[in-house]
Amino acid sequence: MATTEAGIAPRPDQAGLTPLLEVEDLRVEFRTRDGVAKAVNGVSYTLHEGETLAVLGESGSGKSVTAQAIMGILDTPPGFVTGGSVRFRGQDLLALPDDERRAYRGRSIAMIFQDALSALNPVFPVGWQIAEMYRVHEGMSKKDAKNRAIELMEQVHIPAARERAGDYPHQFSGGMRQRIMIAMAIALDPDVLIADEPTTALDVTVQAQIMQLLADLQRERNMGLILITHDLGVVADVADKIEVMYSGRIMEQAPVHDIYASPAHPYTKGLLESIPRVDLKGQELSAIKGLPPNLTNIPAGCEFRPRCPYARDICKEQRPALAEVVPGRFSACHFAQEVLDGDIEPAQQ
Amino acid sequence: MVTSNPPSSDVVLEVDNLVKHFPLTTGVVVKRQVGAVQAVDGVSLQLHKGETLGIVGESGSGKSTLAKLLMRLEEPSSGKTYFHGQNIYDLQGKALRELRRNIQIVFQDPYSSLNPRMTVGDIVGEPFDIHPEVVPRGQRRKQVQELLDVVGLNPEHINRYPHQFSGGQRQRIGIARGLALRPEIIICDEPVSALDVSVQAQVINLLEKLQDEFGLSYIFIAHDLSVVRHIADRVAVMYLGRIVEIGSEAQIYEKPTHPYTQALLSAVPVPDPSVRGQRQQIILSGDVPSPANPPSGCRFRTRCWKATDKCAQEDPELTVRPGSDHESACHYAAVREDVVIQH
Repeated sequence: MATTEAGIAPRPDQAGLTPLLEVEDLRVEFRTRDGVAKAVNGVSYTLHEGETLAVLGESGSGKSVTAQAIMGILDTPPGFVTGGSVRFRGQDLLALPDDERRAYRGRSIAMIFQDALSALNPVFPVGWQIAEMYRVHEGMSKKDAKNRAIELMEQVHIPAARERAGDYPHQFSGGMRQRIMIAMAIALDPDVLIADEPTTALDVTVQAQIMQLLADLQRERNMGLILITHDLGVVADVADKIEVMYSGRIMEQAPVHDIYASPAHPYTKGLLESIPRVDLKGQELSAIKGLPPNLTNIPAGCEFRPRCPYARDICKEQRPALAEVVPGRFSACHFAQEVLDGDIEPAQQ
Repeated sequence: MVTSNPPSSDVVLEVDNLVKHFPLTTGVVVKRQVGAVQAVDGVSLQLHKGETLGIVGESGSGKSTLAKLLMRLEEPSSGKTYFHGQNIYDLQGKALRELRRNIQIVFQDPYSSLNPRMTVGDIVGEPFDIHPEVVPRGQRRKQVQELLDVVGLNPEHINRYPHQFSGGQRQRIGIARGLALRPEIIICDEPVSALDVSVQAQVINLLEKLQDEFGLSYIFIAHDLSVVRHIADRVAVMYLGRIVEIGSEAQIYEKPTHPYTQALLSAVPVPDPSVRGQRQQIILSGDVPSPANPPSGCRFRTRCWKATDKCAQEDPELTVRPGSDHESACHYAAVREDVVIQH
């Protein structure tokens, strides 16, 4: 496998560097009894080797559905990919027949999930489940596969791995189960690892352990990591680049330092301002009013308009496209430049 | 300690050495007790009028069991809780009903804590069926609508069902129910952790507004340390059924002395990429030990970097340690500031 040197700070869109993963104009909808829910409406992003891309969004923003579509594990029906492409090293995965696509899963792109207890099979020992990766994908013998599984359990720092390989998922703590899932995901040495809310169900001290483990594995293997989360703290700690999703679209895209220093979209700004801060103790938190839109009935114009303090008439009529504000930074807001410069007044109600 | 008059009169709830052990048994016909899960093991604290006491700790630390004990949804193995000088575990009949009026709870999960077959009006009004003396029958509907208005819901939605509301709105319904009987104390058990970030702030603001309006005292249980910091006046840190450190919000967050508090604070991700790598992060090894078989001496010693033989033998008392101004249960308590959350 061609290993490109990642450099100390991998920058997106470096000239001459083919991206590992390119998602372009991806669209997913769910056809339900209550109507068609447009979960993903034209999402594009790129991921390079050794890069950490954070996809930030609330429930219903489409961040997990995007990942499922990339992995090819969308429940169909009711979910359907209705447009766009997912290119892995130039190859469009969505154009491949199922059996060819299967070869990419686990080997090229792997995924870990939020709830390890329901993602693992309760009736098989964990060692067996990890070894399955080698038996099925590489045709290894049971004995060799088991030994490899134990090595992996050691790599993710599970104490007494050899003795515990025969234990079942329920015999492990939440943090240990998450490590087992990480071991399964990295078994075939994937180039891209998608982590969907990997620490949401864990306590903070365990969360710190797992994030450290993921960061170490990523560095050792030079993987591209897509971190899906709603936690602004976790993102600030590890991400290189952020995609902020809302209502199935990317609202803002920028390098991590820029976005926290000066958001260019009112939604991002609202999220950052709603975090409790020490210097504002005793004051009211600045909350975003209202609720995310119903995906079966997304408002015309800008999706965020009903909740946006700066909304003007144009926001009702035209849906703003994701456009470059300053080099390297993109925002889907008619007043992106003004928001970025802090040069806009809230609209009169 | 048998006091019918607590030392300072603004103490609304005084917890004295509360213990709850759940027995572990084997055998189907002849049950034999083989041990006990020590969920809460000697907790003492005070709650003052109009105050918010934050309780932080990881899963298994006993914070939810403590909440149930304070609600008297569980009977303690030993210990007492005084509400205005009366031990709540001695109360019966009318006095107990009176107590239940005064201590209410808001649960974590706004999906499972509301009956899906009842309308919002019935859910919020149900407390009046049990305590009919609070509001005359004819005025209940009006009172429920007022409550909905107070928590920021549309009073016209009184006939809707819970599934017609979002998570944040459901939590408001739960809060309205908690308020219905005009309690003195509301126990909030992880009230915002199931909510989206943009909605959390709305609910926190609501809780603070209601506290000012009705003079409520809150026991605010959460694992999110920044939320607790924002809302709490005092904070108790729990580990394996015990309080390991307690003090004012500033004392706990700026001058923590217990190693567990320090590790907890340092593990909280800070939403500011510019401090990345500059902050001391203490990564604890291992998991919380089982409360059925806690370590001898100090319960934190198996994960503590300061632990010595003394910690295995001597149980450290929760007391004010030299060089510090608040209580900490560590033999080697020392202020450490490089772990505090700057943000």
